[in-house]
Amino acid sequence: MDYSQFGAMRPELILLGIFLIVFLFDTFAGEKARKATTPLTLVLFGLGTVAMWILPDSFEGSVFGGMYVSTHTCVWIKNILNVGAFIVLLQSVKWIESPDDIVRKGEFYELLLVTLFGMYLMISARHFLLFVIGLEAASLPLAALAAFSKKKYESHEAAIKYIMTAVFSSAILMMGLSFVYGLSGGSLYFNDIALALASSSMSGLLLCALAFVLAGLGFKLSLVPFHLWTADVYQGAPTAVTSYLSVVSKGAAAFAFFVIFTQCFGAVYADAWEWMLYAVIIATITVGNLFAMRQKNMKRFMAFSSVSQAGYIMLGVIAGNAIGMASMLFYIFVYVVSNLGAFAVISSIENETGKLSMDDYRGLHKSNPWLSFAMTLAMFSLAGIPPFAGFFSKILIFTAATSTGSMALYMLVLIALINTIISLYYYLLVVKAMWISPDEPVIPAYRSACTERVALWLCVAGIVFFGLVSPIYQGIFNASVSDALAFFGMIH
Amino acid sequence: MFCNILIWFVIIPIVMMAGLGLCRGKSIGAIRAVMVVGSTALLGLAIWLCCEFLRLRGAGDASEMLFTGSWMWYAPFNIHLAVGVDGISVLMLLLSAVIVFAGTFASWKINPLPKNFFLWFCLLSTGVFGFFISIDIFTMFMFYEVALIPMYLLIGVWGTGRKEYSAMKLTLMLMGGSAFLMLGLLGIYWHSAPEGMPLTWNILEISHNSAIDPSWQNLLFCLTFVGFGVLGAMFPFHTWSPDGHACAPTAVSMLHAGVLMKLGGYGCFRIAIYLLPQAANELAWIFIILTGISIVYGAFSACVQTDLKYINAYSSVSHCGMVLFAILMLNTTAMTGAILQMLSHGLMTALFFALIGMIYGRTHTRDIRQMGGLMKIMPYLGVCYMIAGFASLGLPGLSGFVAEMTIFFGSFEDADLFHRCFVIAATCSIVITAVYILRVVGKLLLGPVQDDHHLALTDASWFERLSTVTLIVCIAGIGCFPNWINETIQFSFHPIIKAIEAAAL
Repeated sequence: MDYSQFGAMRPELILLGIFLIVFLFDTFAGEKARKATTPLTLVLFGLGTVAMWILPDSFEGSVFGGMYVSTHTCVWIKNILNVGAFIVLLQSVKWIESPDDIVRKGEFYELLLVTLFGMYLMISARHFLLFVIGLEAASLPLAALAAFSKKKYESHEAAIKYIMTAVFSSAILMMGLSFVYGLSGGSLYFNDIALALASSSMSGLLLCALAFVLAGLGFKLSLVPFHLWTADVYQGAPTAVTSYLSVVSKGAAAFAFFVIFTQCFGAVYADAWEWMLYAVIIATITVGNLFAMRQKNMKRFMAFSSVSQAGYIMLGVIAGNAIGMASMLFYIFVYVVSNLGAFAVISSIENETGKLSMDDYRGLHKSNPWLSFAMTLAMFSLAGIPPFAGFFSKILIFTAATSTGSMALYMLVLIALINTIISLYYYLLVVKAMWISPDEPVIPAYRSACTERVALWLCVAGIVFFGLVSPIYQGIFNASVSDALAFFGMIH
Repeated sequence: MFCNILIWFVIIPIVMMAGLGLCRGKSIGAIRAVMVVGSTALLGLAIWLCCEFLRLRGAGDASEMLFTGSWMWYAPFNIHLAVGVDGISVLMLLLSAVIVFAGTFASWKINPLPKNFFLWFCLLSTGVFGFFISIDIFTMFMFYEVALIPMYLLIGVWGTGRKEYSAMKLTLMLMGGSAFLMLGLLGIYWHSAPEGMPLTWNILEISHNSAIDPSWQNLLFCLTFVGFGVLGAMFPFHTWSPDGHACAPTAVSMLHAGVLMKLGGYGCFRIAIYLLPQAANELAWIFIILTGISIVYGAFSACVQTDLKYINAYSSVSHCGMVLFAILMLNTTAMTGAILQMLSHGLMTALFFALIGMIYGRTHTRDIRQMGGLMKIMPYLGVCYMIAGFASLGLPGLSGFVAEMTIFFGSFEDADLFHRCFVIAATCSIVITAVYILRVVGKLLLGPVQDDHHLALTDASWFERLSTVTLIVCIAGIGCFPNWINETIQFSFHPIIKAIEAAAL
């Protein structure tokens, strides 16, 4: 065996290294030294993130017989997920250090790093076997994380719901994959499947296979009608885990979704899955929005908002070209900072006062002007208001969706645009509660923890600058174009 | 980049925001100083730009846009930060600067949170100025939305009455309009160049290419015209306007009715008509009907209102309808009238809202049935109100007369029955305008004093006088020297009329 092939897996190796150090330290360090677990993890992971970001791409191509690839876009999405995971780690510090949970903080970091490792594999896999391994590694530990607040009933409920849906959706996905295996003449390599499908004709089996794969991945992304677990799990899980689920896990699944559907099933785009996805996107955006309007619990509110945002992310997939890939990655990046910005405020307030209802946010600007300012920016960015990053990501993803010139996709964009107005309504409800409500603040003035403030500042900086500074999109776009030529069987 | 003078129209408000950010929330003196210095700088810059523009035109520079500059922003989609002005944008910039200046003084005593108020106010002005200097439809749209969203907080936090409802209604309706607009702009972009040429967002290049397929033009025209028409308070999308204006604080009403609604007219003119001339020829009749209804319906609605702000808001619907109506006539004279009407309405409605704010601040009511004889108590404000009223009903010597006359002359050029009928109907609105203006003047300023508490009220203070005098001088200036405006904008219509005529062949 050629061990130099492992050199291609640099991001995975770095992450594995961090995981091992944290794991060994947490296992063998004494009671006193174990206090250093949190700073150690933060510093290592921060350094790892920076290192992966600034080191030049050493390798580009596939190893292990084509099972694993490293491409420019893979590197980008991994970096984006790293940023998200780092911010989640920062905002979780106060909660994990609180007396109820402190014994198990090492486990929290280990489980989180393992899921991230699983996502890396999902992203880089070009064989369904490796993909499923990655998917399971990314899902199962998340159930343990959701159950992390041992003394809270909701946390257990969330974990059970999550594990049931995760297993169920995996089963559906495997069912679909077994059909694909049959159709492709006995191969699970993405390239072989693509070749086999290009020469075969449409069949009922293929439609079933596509529907099952779509459903299986749809669960992970909480696309409607596979979203029913989302609200309860988001509400019950600890806030740090919720924010991790809503951005990092979703971002990885969206990228994998793009790769699988354009690379494996690109040949049957117009015949089969364009219309499936079309209907799913409309349902996802609309249902997510309509349910978000009536939520009073901030975590449920963010759950439905993130359902709707997933629909927007899928607009990049339905475009199915390099522009779609670039806009989707950029959308995910902006979504990471915006959503985590909102969650940073929510978790900070929850850790300080335990309050989670939107009514508790009334008059917040009188007691905590900075928190309400950051929350306002996050809401504006999620709603797509310029000059914040969300505006640019929305417009670029709409541009991508209309780039194919199909009238149907123009209609889809119109529906998405009208939904943007609905989403603006409920995002403004939060702004209204914070700024316009005449009530005296429920939440007293307090100074949030240092790590929370760092997380918030990172998010605010991202929200303000990602859109205005175009080189980020330019970099993603160049990566997508060069990958489109070299790796993906892009549709258009 | 910073050598281009136009960019400074955006930089100055941003610097003002930074300056306000540094002020402490309680030091009202410092906040006022930042605002006064900034808005004076903007006004000075606008006046200087006007003079320089006229000088260049006088020296024979006949290019379509002057002071152009273009900087690549999002290269994959050829998005530039492209700026340039013609006569129309120069005047719009001047109008905006005047109203921002007057608005600063009109909100001299804003309470609570003056710092936040002016921060959002500056963001709003950034959007407005940015919109008028852009010639790239992407940045234009971006600035357009930048100008819309601060309204929510400005009305919601500092407004009066049913402010939460109105703020939400206004924001959602305007953003709904911009959703249609966005789709239209995307369509324009993807059809902006013939096969093999790079696609572009630049207005001049799109118009030069004129590559948009006729079958697409109709769809895109409807999308963009409705999108901008919502902001121009076109029937039946005008319902945000009365509620929004009635609940907004004074300076915001001024800026919104005075400038923001002009974004709608300017956008229809610059994007819908200019870039899609063929569709404009074919479909103008639909929107002539709608705007015709706006004009008459707005005027009638104003007649039965008793709240001063509602009266003025409905009168704005009527007058802004006139702007869109004139633009749709697709000839030079009517379009000149439309531009004059934008300026005239912008100034006089800002004056109205400033005065209403000042009167409301004293009497604490805006219901005309509860007021009377204010002329005796506060003669300065009374006279100003009369001047604004006369400008609104088109007294010669003030701006309204010039604008409306030009519009009706221009509109009458189309000789077919359809156009004639609608022009005659629109002309009738002058009479209705006279009815509601004179009704208000009679009730409010003349007659017996209704409430004895009003006898103790004081007349305008120095900053209120400064605010109103600025506006009155401009109104009279347009009324007495309309030719100056005409000279500034005369070349600006050539490319548009040429595109329309080419499309009609």
